[in-house]
Amino acid sequence: MSEVQVSLGPRKIVIDPVTRVEGHGKVTIRLNDAGEVEQARFHIVEFRGFERFIQGRMYWEVPVIVQRLCGICPVSHHLCAAKAMDIVAGVDQVTPTADKMRRLMHYGQVLQSNALNFFHLASPDLLLGFEAPVSKRNIVGVIETFPEVGKWAIFIRKFGQQVIAATGGRRIHPRLCIPGGVNQNLSVEHRDALRNDIGQIIQWCGEALELHKGYVDAHRELHATFASFPSSYMSLVGADDRMELYDGALRAIDAGGEPIFEGVHPADYRDHVIEEVRSWSYMKFPHIRSLGREDGWYRVGPLAQINCCAFIDTPLAEAARKEFMALGHGGLVHATLGYHWARIITMIHCAEVIQGLLFDDDLQGTDLVVAGRRRPEGVAIIEAPRGTLLHHYTVDDDGQVTGANLIVSTTNNNEAMNRSVTKVAMDYLSGREITEGLLNHIEVAIRAYDPCLSCATHALGDMPLIVTLEDAQGGIVATRVKE
Amino acid sequence: MSPPRPISIAEPAGVGSRRVASAPSGRARVLVLGYGNPGRQDDGLGPAAAARIETLGWSGVTAYDNYQLNIEDAVDVASHDVVWFVDASRAGPSPYAVTELSSAPTLEFTSHLVRPEAILALAGQYYGRTPKAFLLAIRGYRFEFVEVLTPGARDNLKLAVAVLSDRIRQAQSEVSP
Repeated sequence: MSEVQVSLGPRKIVIDPVTRVEGHGKVTIRLNDAGEVEQARFHIVEFRGFERFIQGRMYWEVPVIVQRLCGICPVSHHLCAAKAMDIVAGVDQVTPTADKMRRLMHYGQVLQSNALNFFHLASPDLLLGFEAPVSKRNIVGVIETFPEVGKWAIFIRKFGQQVIAATGGRRIHPRLCIPGGVNQNLSVEHRDALRNDIGQIIQWCGEALELHKGYVDAHRELHATFASFPSSYMSLVGADDRMELYDGALRAIDAGGEPIFEGVHPADYRDHVIEEVRSWSYMKFPHIRSLGREDGWYRVGPLAQINCCAFIDTPLAEAARKEFMALGHGGLVHATLGYHWARIITMIHCAEVIQGLLFDDDLQGTDLVVAGRRRPEGVAIIEAPRGTLLHHYTVDDDGQVTGANLIVSTTNNNEAMNRSVTKVAMDYLSGREITEGLLNHIEVAIRAYDPCLSCATHALGDMPLIVTLEDAQGGIVATRVKE
Repeated sequence: MSPPRPISIAEPAGVGSRRVASAPSGRARVLVLGYGNPGRQDDGLGPAAAARIETLGWSGVTAYDNYQLNIEDAVDVASHDVVWFVDASRAGPSPYAVTELSSAPTLEFTSHLVRPEAILALAGQYYGRTPKAFLLAIRGYRFEFVEVLTPGARDNLKLAVAVLSDRIRQAQSEVSP
């Protein structure tokens, strides 16, 4: 249900989606005196209390506790915290079994989370059209037209959950990792069950890619320009700059593809990335130190993962990457809608990696944990489904956490989301009216990034989408509420 | 909207496939799906309710919890005759409110939000089967980073679980649809 309120005051647009998750977002579009879009901001109320909540807890508890951060990405926080606490535990290299168990869990997590985003969130916009009626533009509407999408959505995601359950002991609240290693190996029974399905999963990911390519072929101009702009990118990469989602070095490139920094060890992130707080947002604004506040913003996530890597070391994903990068005509791909194509490539890569791991006998190894000499600090980075995720902890001599700093993917994409919303507003705002079409297009832009709105709490509550029009002096002209 | 079309596919046969408790012959199969974050104080009301139902060990009743609803819950939902979604509420009546749900597909701007109505719609569209479903919204009061329910929420939980238990027994006394 939507409600439009129009007043005759000065002009400004605010979109305020207060979802049932605690963290809420709000888009403000500021017009100039000529009535043109001057600036747009996507505000997210990010709950920062969690970093304080961790303080005082024992370091070995943290990989479990941090799963409370997010209902969609608990596994990503579990793994990132575990890697950081490896360092604290004095362990620089876990055993092959521990490393591969964690990787298996991670790639299962990225696979299922990307599947959720693409099939459930993005496919209605892409396959049914941005202008399709809201009553039809949803996953059920997609299934009516493309029945196979429902199958892919549910079972690719469910397979990823099964990988998590097999590695973590349970699908919800898995407890695979401890500082220095893992609690268990992969049983032969679970391995064989997953082996039976992985071929089908890879095939379905490939079919999803073909379906999506058909959409892009039919909408070349829209795909290239919608909510798009040149930007820098940041991602982990592995040896030889191959795609690496679990453990590697940070690489950042400019809009032309030239390195800004590379080979950066996670422990050195503060030499290259600085976080800034701005008065109008609860979110932090990280940027690349050498480029400064205005020019140092960047994008993370699947598009960055593809743009930053030189190649992918699994064959189907590499073939898909080459085809995707051809969109850039020798340069990077800057299309914001390209996030979705990149997301499918990453899904294919994850499925291929999982397949390889399932035939690796190290997963049945029994050397699970190593110990080391305790250290006071640990930093780790992984590529979570929505992009680069960093956990940084300090620990006292008693093993209690004294400090924590988390930079989540959505925070890294903060400025990029603002710019995408600005681009949409410039392209689709007409006059003083807040149309359903404008709302739809703004939502499409935000869905490309799939921001994590501090989903640590879920109580039923208000979840309207509020749009307010405001002028250059800050006066409100109109407000639209979408329930 | 066109009528639901069940789709015949081969489900992956891997670990952790759908969870269905066997029900006595002719009895309704009941699913209790509690969701919320126990690490955020009263947001843990849904999981707490599901846990209490699970401990009863009733035949034909499946109960589990998650941080939030996910699309694959449609698989479990479609496999039951009656489904209770149990969540905390930040506003609304105390100690709880019961609402019968209808399927309603939705599209949010983030994957971090899936509504129970959308799960029902997905179950109906994909499996051609939409169970009778209810939302049990238990009133909570505080949602800080604490893993303990407030006294008021604990009281509400007790009353909510009592009515939920009664409603499950009532459903199971009726012949399965």
